[in-house]
Amino acid sequence: MRIDKDLVAASASPLVLGLLAEGETYGYALLQRVREVSRGELEWADGMLYPLLHRLERQGWVVAEWRTPPGERRRKYYAITDDGRAALVEQRRQWGAVVRALEGAWPAAASPAVGGPALGTA
Amino acid sequence: MAHATDPGRTPSGEPGGPADLEARVADWRAHVGRSPAVSPADVEELEAHLRDQVDDLRAAGLTDDEAFLVGVRRLGAVDALSAEYAREHGDRLWKQLVLAPPGAAAGRRRLRRAVLLAVGAALAVQVLRLLGGTLGEVAVAGLAPVVVLPFLAALVGAGREDGERLGARWLVVAAPFAAGAALVLLPPWAEGSSTQVLVALHLPVVLWAAVGYALVGGRWRSPSARMDVVRATGEWVVYYALIALGGGVLVGATVLLLAPLGDAVVEQVLLWLVPSGAAGAVVVAAWLVEAKQSVVENMAPVLTAVFTPLFAVVLTASATVYALTGLAADFDRDLLLGFDLLLLVVLGLVLYALSAQRPDRRPGAMDVAQLVAVVAALVLDALVLVALLGRVGDLGLTPNRVAALGLNGVLLVDLLVAAVLAAGFLAGRVRADRLARWQTSYLPVLVAWAALVVLVLPPVFSYR
Repeated sequence: MRIDKDLVAASASPLVLGLLAEGETYGYALLQRVREVSRGELEWADGMLYPLLHRLERQGWVVAEWRTPPGERRRKYYAITDDGRAALVEQRRQWGAVVRALEGAWPAAASPAVGGPALGTA
Repeated sequence: MAHATDPGRTPSGEPGGPADLEARVADWRAHVGRSPAVSPADVEELEAHLRDQVDDLRAAGLTDDEAFLVGVRRLGAVDALSAEYAREHGDRLWKQLVLAPPGAAAGRRRLRRAVLLAVGAALAVQVLRLLGGTLGEVAVAGLAPVVVLPFLAALVGAGREDGERLGARWLVVAAPFAAGAALVLLPPWAEGSSTQVLVALHLPVVLWAAVGYALVGGRWRSPSARMDVVRATGEWVVYYALIALGGGVLVGATVLLLAPLGDAVVEQVLLWLVPSGAAGAVVVAAWLVEAKQSVVENMAPVLTAVFTPLFAVVLTASATVYALTGLAADFDRDLLLGFDLLLLVVLGLVLYALSAQRPDRRPGAMDVAQLVAVVAALVLDALVLVALLGRVGDLGLTPNRVAALGLNGVLLVDLLVAAVLAAGFLAGRVRADRLARWQTSYLPVLVAWAALVVLVLPPVFSYR
């Protein structure tokens, strides 16, 4: 299933914040996690992640640091801040409201096109 | 990407071998790094990503070639990627606003336009000098920016390569100039009027705002556009100072060379050389800001790093001295003017420093120096205000005192909030871009105060 690109863009920052809340990481590993949690259904051009991370950094929601763990290559590691956690809580609240509104508008029986778990069971 | 993925390229080593991969990565790196929006650190970050990807794909059984192709493909088309970086890092791109595309023909066209406009400014100031004899010195001084700055506005407004044409917005740019000329010429000024001097002093601020509007056009509401204006202004000041230094040497040499011909000749030559040179340099400095962008761009952080601590020391010393000795005793108007200038310089330094800093930086020693400078300036400003209010109480309001009082009040609010924000930033409670945002949103207040002095003060004091 291809997800509309506006929807991908809108969900990108809560998704990244949510994954960073699990612990600090670098871009490549973060994208692996995005593929895992979306079961490969969210398709990004990998490079687009970095301008997004830089925006979150400017907003003070994440902090970044260059580091070279022993035996690995030099990478820029990103970690969520307290402001970022607060923003994540707020975004979760908003997405929750959107999901509830959609559930109210779409009767559960009329969602045959959705393969796998339906919106309501998530 | 065609050149980076051409399978025929094997600069060294066997095709598809490690050396080949390195060459391809280097090619790709150069290609990505070409966009000004993508900094070297960004390229390094993307390269680490690409190499992680290639390693994983090779571990899954792909050849170097295949792994590289898939990895590059997944990162996304370089154009789209650069555009995405540009959206986030507009500050790296601001030069694209005004800078000609790298084509030599376009560069020559812009140079030709700049030279024509500089000559125009030089001639306009001479016309003003020759025709303005009956107007009086103050009126001529007031009109000088009105006749020179339109050439600057024309350069920055017409030369933009970002695709936006000002169109009807030229009327917005032109209006302050027309109004300024009318406000200098038409009122029935009293003999030795001090409000006329105030108009001549404050009008350039309003005209500067008009030139800034010509530079950013419809984006003028956005903080980043205003920061573009601040950056351009700061660099213009640096270039103008450099040109003025060279011009001083030229004038000195001219005087030496022509001295045998007698004072009258020297005076005539200087009457043509100095005003025209000063007016033409206004345009030439702006052209240099656009064309030689990267030179001063690298100088701004250095200049701020040198002068911020020095100003912090000077300001702290004078604030301490005046706080101990008091300044009410022999506090005359020249000293007051000096203080106003000093505060303006501090504000300029803060703005210049902000314009050169990355919005996501962390606090450092420079921020401490800046906070010290701002707090010392605040102490001085408070002392000046107290002294001024004392004079107003003793001697009543005059136009000069109202103007000085207002300017001090406006600067006091600005620096007070700047100090609170800077302290918060040092304590880690305030993000860096709040400081810049405060200053850019306060700029219209400074312009509005200048406009108020130009428009309202003269009639209120019946043009005395």
